[in-house]
Amino acid sequence: MLKQIEGSQAVAEAVVLCRPEVICAYPISPQTHIVEGLGKMVKSGELRRCEFINVESEFSAMSVSIGASAAGARSYTATASQGLLFMAEAVYNASGLGLPIVMTVANRAIGAPINIWNDHSDSLSMRDSGWIQLFAETNQEALDLHILAFRLAEELSLPAMVCMDGFILTHAYERVDMPTQAQVDAYLPPYEPRQVLDPGQPLSIGAMVGPEAFMEVRYLAHAKQMQALELIPILAKEFKTVFGRDSGGLVHPYRAEDAETIVVAMGSVLGTIKDVIDEMRDGGVKIGVLGICSFRPSPLAAIREVLQNAKRVVVLEKSLAVGLGGILSTDVRMALSGLQLQGYTVIAGLGGRSILKSSLHELFRKAGADALQPVSFLDLNWDIVNRVLERERHSRRSGPIAENILRDIGIVGASIA
Amino acid sequence: MFQVRIHGRGGQGVVTAAEMLSIAAFLEERYAQAFPSFGSERTGAPVVAFCRIDDKEIRLREPIMKPDALIIQDPTLLHQVDVFAGLEADGFILINTNRSFAELGLGDFARGFRAERLRTVAATELALKHVGRPLPNAALLGGFAAVSGLISLAAVAAAIKDKFSGKVADGNIAAATEAYEAAHA
Repeated sequence: MLKQIEGSQAVAEAVVLCRPEVICAYPISPQTHIVEGLGKMVKSGELRRCEFINVESEFSAMSVSIGASAAGARSYTATASQGLLFMAEAVYNASGLGLPIVMTVANRAIGAPINIWNDHSDSLSMRDSGWIQLFAETNQEALDLHILAFRLAEELSLPAMVCMDGFILTHAYERVDMPTQAQVDAYLPPYEPRQVLDPGQPLSIGAMVGPEAFMEVRYLAHAKQMQALELIPILAKEFKTVFGRDSGGLVHPYRAEDAETIVVAMGSVLGTIKDVIDEMRDGGVKIGVLGICSFRPSPLAAIREVLQNAKRVVVLEKSLAVGLGGILSTDVRMALSGLQLQGYTVIAGLGGRSILKSSLHELFRKAGADALQPVSFLDLNWDIVNRVLERERHSRRSGPIAENILRDIGIVGASIA
Repeated sequence: MFQVRIHGRGGQGVVTAAEMLSIAAFLEERYAQAFPSFGSERTGAPVVAFCRIDDKEIRLREPIMKPDALIIQDPTLLHQVDVFAGLEADGFILINTNRSFAELGLGDFARGFRAERLRTVAATELALKHVGRPLPNAALLGGFAAVSGLISLAAVAAAIKDKFSGKVADGNIAAATEAYEAAHA
């Protein structure tokens, strides 16, 4: 059924269709509307046989999800930013224990300085936690990926994050096609746990493993992600059969077949990039884009297949490996090892900085002329940066950077872009 | 693609206005995308929300830099925010005020635009009359339907019903209808 609703509401309704039995979450912007929506639907009885558990922190939210999942319940939670960091220890435990929890991450920057706006630093900080990470381009894909994530997670007995851009998607009203309960039931069978805490058949989950077998347990975690690489395309194909549209999968190439320049990106910025690529194609420029849906597992072979015939690759990412450059870029370089092509890393959109079409046109034009630095920062305001550097050169006790910058430029969030 | 930027203050329903506009366009079988500017949410602080309307899927996610239409929910913003940024000479402007463009000190400025695309509507007064609260957003959408011809009053009314119910919906629909008639005249 077509609906014009907020992304958060679309995700909440999709989660309800997945019939979770335990939802435990702690509110944090920009995830709040999702769990508020779910709370309302549990209270109203729209979602039956589900317990919504209120807790005092994200650490508890994940811990309760672990307990619920281990007891055989289909479990869901959602968080963002500092909330994800606060639950980090339990995040690793969920995957180490092999519990198929599904969690929405409404992607948001990490402080300090405090910033509630979107980038991918939060979920990417958990890239080695053993969770699957799927990135949504639109609200339609965000809601679809939740249905897919439960199926994938439970089939493999691995937890999965569905990552959607905070505010840009969570707070955007757009058209979505909401599946029927019958469709979701046909796609997602009832949860059949591999392991379950049952007083009738007592066992323990979470034993200590020493040096004699820890490597093997870790290897098996890696092997499971490699299984996910095989399974994700199969589940996306099945998704299309049941729901009639393309969602999920490993990668989404767009106009990449004969492209000399291929941009690589994740999430909602792909829409803006596609508009720019269409305009550049109209002008005769051979450019395309590769959207990464599955960040973990990393689809190295699929990435290589799309990129190998290009002359240059521009990875545009909303994350920064401080002291290195890109995070996604590092994965892409690994996919391209041994190939001779120009690779550029562009850090963009950190902390909600708007990624403008005009800036992308200029960026891709420069890339086509191979006039980009190996690592660059899109629309970085050098006046701000240089003023801070100058201040630091001038005075030993130059003071806190964020506060000094705010004194230089004025109030938070004052401009349109 | 038609792009609308709505300026107002926290508490005036600016974000809701953009959302309702997108619902109205959706109900008329078009694609629409509404989103807020995501500033810190404080009552009285300047707020911007955006709505894009098109006949095909909207992929663009940048803020609206070059609006086709502006809805200004609070005329005091004229002195505080560059609300007209990016508006071309054929753009639409709808301001919530009981004064004229000339009385707002915008007489010279307005001469650069097409007169039939500029309108003021006393939306706060209409909201007080019909809803009992100074929330001008729904009334302004009625005025916007009249001045732009982009969406019908019926679709605006249906969008209001989608967001509100009971007396609040009825009052807002009455305010939107009166604003529509006033802006049409």
